[in-house]
Amino acid sequence: MTRSRRDTLKALGLTAGFCLWDAPLRYAFAAMPGDRRLVVIILRGAVDGLAAVPPHGDKDYQAVRGALALSKDGAAPLHDLDGMFGLHPALANLKTMYDAKELLVFQNICSPYRDRSHFDGQNVLETGAARPHTISDGWLNRALAPMGLGDGVRALAVAQTPPLLLTGQTRATSWMPPALPAPDADFLARVKLLYARDPGLKQSLDDALALQDAAMVASDDPSDKKMGPGAAANLEPLFSGAGRLLAAANGPRVAVLDVSGWDTHVNEGAGDGQLARRLAALDRALVALKTALGPAWSKTAIVMATEFGRTAHPNGNGGTDHGTGGASFLLGGAVSGGMVRGEWTGLGSSALKDGRDQPPRTDLRSLFKGVLAEHMAVPKSALENAVFPDSSGATAMTGLIRA
Amino acid sequence: MPGEIDAAKADPQQWLIAQLGPADQPAPVDGQPFRDSATLVKDLQAFRQERREMKRNGETQDLRAFVKQQRQVLINEMASRFQQGFISCRPLAERLVWFWSNHFTISVQNPAVASLAGAYEREAIRPHIAGKFEDMLLAVATHPAMLIYLNNAQSIGPDSPAGQLASRGLNENFGRELMELYSLGVDGGYSQADVIALAKLLTGWSIDIRPKGAGAMARFFQANFNQAENVEGVSSGFRYFPARHEPGQVTLRGKTYPDGFAGGRAAIHDLAKDPATAKFIATKFARHFVADTPPPKLVARLERTFRDTQGDLKAMTIAMIEDPAVWNPGAEKMRNPVEYVTASYRLLNLPREQNGDQQIRGAMQACRLMGHFPLAAPSPKGWSDMSADWSGPDAILSRIEWAQQLGSRLPQTVGAAQIVKLADQTVGDRLSQQTRSAVAAAPTGGEALALLVSSPEFQRR
Repeated sequence: MTRSRRDTLKALGLTAGFCLWDAPLRYAFAAMPGDRRLVVIILRGAVDGLAAVPPHGDKDYQAVRGALALSKDGAAPLHDLDGMFGLHPALANLKTMYDAKELLVFQNICSPYRDRSHFDGQNVLETGAARPHTISDGWLNRALAPMGLGDGVRALAVAQTPPLLLTGQTRATSWMPPALPAPDADFLARVKLLYARDPGLKQSLDDALALQDAAMVASDDPSDKKMGPGAAANLEPLFSGAGRLLAAANGPRVAVLDVSGWDTHVNEGAGDGQLARRLAALDRALVALKTALGPAWSKTAIVMATEFGRTAHPNGNGGTDHGTGGASFLLGGAVSGGMVRGEWTGLGSSALKDGRDQPPRTDLRSLFKGVLAEHMAVPKSALENAVFPDSSGATAMTGLIRA
Repeated sequence: MPGEIDAAKADPQQWLIAQLGPADQPAPVDGQPFRDSATLVKDLQAFRQERREMKRNGETQDLRAFVKQQRQVLINEMASRFQQGFISCRPLAERLVWFWSNHFTISVQNPAVASLAGAYEREAIRPHIAGKFEDMLLAVATHPAMLIYLNNAQSIGPDSPAGQLASRGLNENFGRELMELYSLGVDGGYSQADVIALAKLLTGWSIDIRPKGAGAMARFFQANFNQAENVEGVSSGFRYFPARHEPGQVTLRGKTYPDGFAGGRAAIHDLAKDPATAKFIATKFARHFVADTPPPKLVARLERTFRDTQGDLKAMTIAMIEDPAVWNPGAEKMRNPVEYVTASYRLLNLPREQNGDQQIRGAMQACRLMGHFPLAAPSPKGWSDMSADWSGPDAILSRIEWAQQLGSRLPQTVGAAQIVKLADQTVGDRLSQQTRSAVAAAPTGGEALALLVSSPEFQRR
């Protein structure tokens, strides 16, 4: 990837208006952000943090979780991480990454949103605002220019249309595994003429075609593309497609994926069951992403976040209802992993928010800011103003990325 | 549909208003009468019973036949629904069905909902599109598909006899979404305590799935089963279980509601009439039909009509049709994939008698590939009404790919001139000179069709 000198300077915080010392200096001489890949995975529907990252060493854990409690023994043993926390039995590949120090796990973390609507929660998660519907574009989009990815289309959503997280002033593209034969060139030329007077459609079409030209993704088996009913099951083609595009020399550097199916109000299951199957599918998909990235894995950081957590206690139907704090993950070859981070305050009813939810101890924006600063060299001034306005309480985390 | 513009030309407003009334029921594509939700719930119950017994006996075979049959019910229902969209002489009524069933979304991504999805739209939505909002809300809130989808079927009052016996309890899901997504809107004025209050009021609103057998639990449920018999407007598969209902009065948004079924029923009444509901529904309706950012005057007009008429949906729809903003040529929206594919099929008078089934299946597959399918949204919020959400790079490329495929299926005997004629008859004055010339200049009829269907005018409405 070629970069203009101005962009490079901008990314390093050297253009007018930025103070040199605001930039994380040790990265000024590390690999260019142009090599770095950032993936954000939105887990829509509110993942149960106590199931994904069970605090099995907590004295109250078994009692609070009841039938949903996991254990180190039995048919589906959890993967112990540090004696206190573990990973859900279905997350075997994440455990391997943890052991390879490529995975950081966060507990009691969530966005600043404090009510319990999925849709407002996702709005806060994606806009990076403190309250829902106060900012109209996505924080990741606002971070593209300060990353030096403001020119050319360098951000990709694995979707038909980019989600709010990636919507804003800087153009982003979208991609899904192709299902129908590609239109022939002559026909496309005629359609392009028709779109000449329709800037919106023209841009969408140009971006879709540019992506194909740039990365020349091998066509998948059309049967891979399953939309609508049953879509949720097969994540691997989406993740491996994203990996191949990110790995391409002239491809995107930022990608967003969505995974839904976490809203486990009924029969959540423990070591086995509904949530276990969903986690296993995600776990497999992450390996597909890693494999497709190839050597680019070592330059990749993947952050996974959800709109909020769930109630600590099971509800009346063997599920959990909407809560507050939850778990989050940062993984990839560039990550300085092998640790569970976060402020654990126990599961006693006084420790729980409103006596029911996992408490919100760390602001997710601290994690996002830390990743943007350390991995993508986004200057502090940009983080505090353009990317996450009104976030001074959420200090950027450090020590997330390998030096 | 060719000829439609001519039919509407004399008085387009009256042409639309004349379509208002209960929506037509689709004709089943396989010729077999549809089953109502009460019957479908019985099927589901029989299946669960059988599954339990087979599990007990260590058998694993033969359930596949039932699963396949359930899937076939869904496919036939959806194919019939698509067909109704293709052939209806009341296209506005169909559009209203699509709007309301997406507003009150359920999702066949939940397998237990799949066989009931068609019945849901036929029973709870179609009769009410030009009726009272409250009637639709009650039909929806008592429909087995909704009660399963948002987990109210299993919600049990913790202090009810069943809650005490089985140590099971409340599920907040439906109580929350009923206010957030279906009536008041997220800023409509309610708290977490209100969510729990409404969930309590709705405990016992369930379906006829009772544990069978001779155990104490089964005997208890069988003895304490009841139907809300004297209540009009509930769905056919609905059952009320007093023994699961949280006992006592409940305060919801500052008002106290009585114990029993009447409490939940009264809450539905108040939610339907709430000014916040009028505002939320008016805004969403205008956004869907008119513009992503609807003119505030139009929204205010719809809101006022909704409030003044106690949620009369026919009056609200007429108010929209009569508003000048709707007829402003600048106001255009992207068609979502179902609208887009349906418009293409209506253009071509599809399905034909020959291979009609296959053509309908093709349309359903196309919508799936474009990321949109009726009653299959990934969340209870339903599919987006915003143009931007249907016009991303991959979305547009998928449409062009499909348009080319559609064109390639056109008989060789059809020439570009015939497609131009078709365009004049269907897109009418909205067809730009540029598109018209491009279609006319296409080397084959198939390519002419593909160009027309790919054109900006055709992608928008």
